[in-house]
Amino acid sequence: MAKRVGLEVSLACSEAVKLANVDVIAAYPITPQTHIVEHLSELVADGHLDAEFVPVESEHSAMSACVGSSAAGARTFTSSSAQGLALMHEILFIAPALRLPIVMAVANRSLSGPISIWNDHSDIMAERDIGWIQTFAENGQEVMDLTLHAFKVAEDHRVTLPMIVNLDGFILTHVIEPIEMPSQEEVDAYLPPFEPQQKLDIANPISMGLVGVPEVYTEARKAMLDALEKSYPVIKEHWDGFAQQFGRQYNPIETHHVDDADTVLVTMGSLGETAMTAVDEMRAAGRKVGQVRIRLWRPFPSGDFLDAISGAKTLVVMDRALSPGADSGPVATEIKSLIYATGGGPYVADFVAGLSGRDVTREDFKQMVDKAEAAAAAGDPMTFEMWGVKE
Amino acid sequence: MISAAEALKDFKKITPKKIPEVEMFAQGHRACQGCAEVLALRLAAKAVGDKLIAVSATGCMEIISSPYPQTAWLSPWIHVAFENAAAVASGIEAGRKALIRKGRIQDDGAKVVAFAGDGATLDIGMQALSGAMERGHDFTYICLDNEAYMNTGIQRSSATPYGAMTTTSPPGKLSKGQVTWKKNMPAIAAAHNIPYVATASPAYHIDLMNKVKKAVTVPGPAYVHIFSPCPTGWRCPPEMAIETARKIVKARMFPLYEVIDGRYVLSRDIKKPIPVADYLATQRRFRHLKEEDIAYIQSRVDADWDRLMALIKATNPEEEA
Repeated sequence: MAKRVGLEVSLACSEAVKLANVDVIAAYPITPQTHIVEHLSELVADGHLDAEFVPVESEHSAMSACVGSSAAGARTFTSSSAQGLALMHEILFIAPALRLPIVMAVANRSLSGPISIWNDHSDIMAERDIGWIQTFAENGQEVMDLTLHAFKVAEDHRVTLPMIVNLDGFILTHVIEPIEMPSQEEVDAYLPPFEPQQKLDIANPISMGLVGVPEVYTEARKAMLDALEKSYPVIKEHWDGFAQQFGRQYNPIETHHVDDADTVLVTMGSLGETAMTAVDEMRAAGRKVGQVRIRLWRPFPSGDFLDAISGAKTLVVMDRALSPGADSGPVATEIKSLIYATGGGPYVADFVAGLSGRDVTREDFKQMVDKAEAAAAAGDPMTFEMWGVKE
Repeated sequence: MISAAEALKDFKKITPKKIPEVEMFAQGHRACQGCAEVLALRLAAKAVGDKLIAVSATGCMEIISSPYPQTAWLSPWIHVAFENAAAVASGIEAGRKALIRKGRIQDDGAKVVAFAGDGATLDIGMQALSGAMERGHDFTYICLDNEAYMNTGIQRSSATPYGAMTTTSPPGKLSKGQVTWKKNMPAIAAAHNIPYVATASPAYHIDLMNKVKKAVTVPGPAYVHIFSPCPTGWRCPPEMAIETARKIVKARMFPLYEVIDGRYVLSRDIKKPIPVADYLATQRRFRHLKEEDIAYIQSRVDADWDRLMALIKATNPEEEA
């Protein structure tokens, strides 16, 4: 039976990895990811988790060792943040190309410079195009659940791709929350042991990572793209299966009061809960405001998103990373291009907010909604603003 | 963990009459004519045999062996990137170790061997290699040293010998070519206190195969540094590759030795060395060197040899008595 416990969210992540009975963890410490890997090394040291903990000398080697371990047929986990994720960058592209179902928790943090250990999404937005499936958690329970779901999806033979669970650094990683911890039996019923489709095996030798000459490179990339697109129904299927097993339903796009909303806030990650409270307060004040939370970032659930915002006149998009030189942040850029293809759609206001852990309050959300609605009504060009910059 | 000496107590040597017939690296690859690196690679793979799981760093041996949809590898093989062969190998070893312990796979006795060039080892992959050796993974790392970045067009590395011409260490009015002395990678590997380190040359192919076989026999990390002549990059005739690999040993410029549990053992004593000038003369990468440059190289080679002899003496005190 599941039990309800008070647990730091990082430890909830580690406990999910333990419940998944992972075989190898290769990791390098970086704030704010440290508690995840510290707890895993404790679980291994105390014999609670039968796994190899490989304390590598860099994140580049962490991801490289994960590639080797997964290629050997082992269930493999790692975790990183910011500079560490950036150091992995080269190998992050290779893992999905080799179709290796590695699972990684990214404790989202600002990229240098200036150096900052606090939370935003600049680290993961720099890894947008690596070809991994990517989800965003909003609270501790979601971190636990999405981690278990990640192994289930990544290792499904219809998918066989690596998967990232994003959780906001400090705002999630370092807070203690009530978590419903499933039992081992429940997890075993949901997540079978990893059966690799292919592996490095002297009984059946294969070559992995061959040279892609111009005659085949395009086709190899297309195959990877197809695999990512085809993962979408499997991701949903395993969320539905999760709901049956554990009673908690997840969706690629989560909605809150969108049905009759004129203005819709778009959030990703832990800002979602504050935004939800702000929406409730605006609703109480008689304003037709709703909210869309992007849970599945890659592959982007375009259809679900467009359905969710179909009645909206104005979107207020929260970006937690800059895309320097572009006319909006990465999330708004994505949404604008999606809406453009529909030949109409709502006004899109983009606010880059909450960089390096700066608080975004309910009042901030209300002011953004005011500003966006006024700009939309005035027919101003689509707004892009770095929120709360001190002059 | 048992010592390397213990693990090698009943070591069955490969002899000229007992060269393994098995091939793990097929013919039809795309290496240059006279490439001694691919020969060294084939011999090493042969010495490991059908237990081999190979990891390649990006480089000549990787590209010539694996243009999709073809492969020269008869063993399981993986290539990931340039600088991380040791890290990938450590992951394979860790994964297999966990799966064997958990009863998910049989212990088939597979040997994880990483192959990398000098750039991938001494320069860009040094950190990953140091980490993997320090962590004590049971794997073998083979550096196929052709003394420059040949795959990208003969640029200098920290393994390029003093005075050599490369495309990024060109001799000019203000330069003699490579201005630094070759990095001593076997010594760096030995400084990690790993059970087995060896140097080898494809001119002494039985010695080479035995060293690779020993490397995969000992538990824990092993490092083998193989001198691998590159006629294309060194500007020497293809038919001279093996002769070149022999001459450097005879000139005491690339001594053949092992470091077993920290104990240095000379594989081949060179009582009457040939002058280094004889080794340098057949390669056009050295042709701009003047007499005084060659005299300088000779003096450094002599000093390095003396140092190696001192290490052998220092680590074998019982033999002195």
